[in-house]
Amino acid sequence: MSNKSASVWTSIRFWRRSAAWVTGTATVLLIWLTFDTMGQISMGSDADLAKGIKKRIPAATVINYHIDYKMDDKRGHEVPVIGEKEKFFGKEWSAKDAAALLHLGKLTSQAKNCMDCHTLLGNGGYYAPDLTKAWLDTKWNDGTMTGITGKNTKEEAMAEFLMHPSQYPTHARMMPDLGITKNEAVALVAFLKHMSSIDTNGFPRNFSQSAKRLEGGTHAH
Amino acid sequence: MLTDAHLKYESQKLAMNYFRVALVLFGAQLVMGLIVAIQFVYPGFLFEIFDFSVARMVHINALVVWMLFAMIGSVYYMIPDETGEEAVGIKLGKLAFWVLTAAITVVVLVFIFVQVGSGSEASIWFINEGREYLEAPRWADIGIVAVILVFYYNVFATYIKGKRTGIMTVMVANLFALAGLYLCGMFFTDNISMDQYWWWWVIHLWVEATWEVFVGTLAAYALIKIIGAKREIVEMWLWIEVLMLFGSGILGLGHHYFWIGTPEYWWEIGALFSALEPVPLVAMFVHVLYDWGKEQGHAEAKGDAKVINNTPAMAWIVANAFGNFLGAGIWGFFHTLPQVNIYTHGTQFTAAHGHLSFFGAYATILIAMMYLAVQGAYGIKRMTMTFKTKMSLFLTIFGVLGMAVALTIAGYEQVLVERADLGGGWDAFFTAQNLPWYIQAQGWRLVMGIVTFAGFVYLAWDLLTIGAVESAQEESEGAAAAATA
Repeated sequence: MSNKSASVWTSIRFWRRSAAWVTGTATVLLIWLTFDTMGQISMGSDADLAKGIKKRIPAATVINYHIDYKMDDKRGHEVPVIGEKEKFFGKEWSAKDAAALLHLGKLTSQAKNCMDCHTLLGNGGYYAPDLTKAWLDTKWNDGTMTGITGKNTKEEAMAEFLMHPSQYPTHARMMPDLGITKNEAVALVAFLKHMSSIDTNGFPRNFSQSAKRLEGGTHAH
Repeated sequence: MLTDAHLKYESQKLAMNYFRVALVLFGAQLVMGLIVAIQFVYPGFLFEIFDFSVARMVHINALVVWMLFAMIGSVYYMIPDETGEEAVGIKLGKLAFWVLTAAITVVVLVFIFVQVGSGSEASIWFINEGREYLEAPRWADIGIVAVILVFYYNVFATYIKGKRTGIMTVMVANLFALAGLYLCGMFFTDNISMDQYWWWWVIHLWVEATWEVFVGTLAAYALIKIIGAKREIVEMWLWIEVLMLFGSGILGLGHHYFWIGTPEYWWEIGALFSALEPVPLVAMFVHVLYDWGKEQGHAEAKGDAKVINNTPAMAWIVANAFGNFLGAGIWGFFHTLPQVNIYTHGTQFTAAHGHLSFFGAYATILIAMMYLAVQGAYGIKRMTMTFKTKMSLFLTIFGVLGMAVALTIAGYEQVLVERADLGGGWDAFFTAQNLPWYIQAQGWRLVMGIVTFAGFVYLAWDLLTIGAVESAQEESEGAAAAATA
């Protein structure tokens, strides 16, 4: 059939060549786009933060700043807004220390397998809340979790919870004790704070409205 | 599955070993799935003993690994048929099988008994990497690469030595990409966006590109084997499928780059190309049914009533044609556009799609290959469905469809309540998880999971017994025919 084909549509040679060309073109395009994306998603520097230069993924020292999540009318969704400096676990972290802390936090997030219950940037298991903007969750801001754990600041409450999660149950479905140490817990909180500063194109949508919608209870049991 | 007495080639005997391990791992996957499903309904089940994260990790890794075993088995099985040659490095191939099986056993035992490590490089190297689907620790990654190199050498060198059919050409090229992509998942970075960017190169370019082409290749081979489809037609279809699968699937990768920190242009690229991904699945569906009808027509014209020489395998091939289109195509398209995905991303919608597509696109055709191998191993001329074959087909398909529907309903409720209404977050998540609609859906998922498991029991039972039963039948029929003649 390939040799004395009645029409190009029944020619194996034609389809083989087309398959090779289409695959090759798609691959080249993907590689080209990857180069562009690599530039856009590589981590910013401490100097960028100090100068207020926006990066999709800011430097680890973003943990020294106040982070908010606000509606951007031009883009039509919420974006992270990096504000004034604030203390993180009672101090300002040097670029080197912040990077080391983020490194430990990311390692711990993998070693403890967070991703098989939670979702990170929306990817993972679906058994526990998404952690993309966990740092900004009202649960940590409205006094609920600081009250339950008896801590003064959000970051201390988060670290305490991570070390002994099943001692502070909020629902029948609980987070298990994963043997997280104090250092690892502090690092995980830094990892979460850093993740909340990533520009995720508005995911999760309306996250900043969550607190208002939940005021007065949800009537769920 | 218990013998390889009638197989002439060592390559095909090695394939039987891969299929045997695959079947065991398939069972393990389902047991872990049941544990996870129970935990959704009764969260106290095995809490702080065998937590959800551990059970799910083993669930999805057993899935990936049984499929890889069955895929390698399928290739070793078809090599002699396609090239007319014994696999050139068969001794090395056999060694690699035992190394891989031993390594996988160690990985699973560490997952089950050690579970998690401290926040250190050592945990990533020796316990688990903590990246969904690619949890295997780094030492195992390197081992897997070494074993795959041996496997690829066998495929490539035998292809060069023997007949170079179109099917084998696609297989050789596709396996190169499939194996190479695994390397993209073998590094650590502090940057979670960068991490997930390359993580998706492995996951997506496997299951939505190279694995799909692999399925097309297996279907082409199987149609020639089972219904005697004409090679030229099958191979032409295969090239068209490669064109459409890679044409849509490679840039369809963009639909994973909507929300992970990557730029906005992936919205348009991901939406356009991933929306095209169902097209080749329609083509594959048409192709299987068309060839079947055509060959059956030819057979009947010649006065032969039966064109299919292996009805269990053919039934699973048809299940694959439907399942691939429904699970990967329809269920994937449901939530592939960014306008929808902003709400569905990270909900049970994904789980529904995952269950139906892994089963529909991959489990089905790999089971078909197992039946083909059993036919060869027992030297059966015309294999037909037993009661157990029918029960396994019905129960697994009904069970997985039921799970997918239940999870879709759970996902739908999550999308509306947790995301659209409440905007996400801790309280929004649990509000949605605790509504009766969601709880009922998870209850039905558990029921349907049990149905699926019952189907698996029939499947394993059938694969273990059908060969001996039907070869004995053919022998006695042959003897009876000889006696009357």
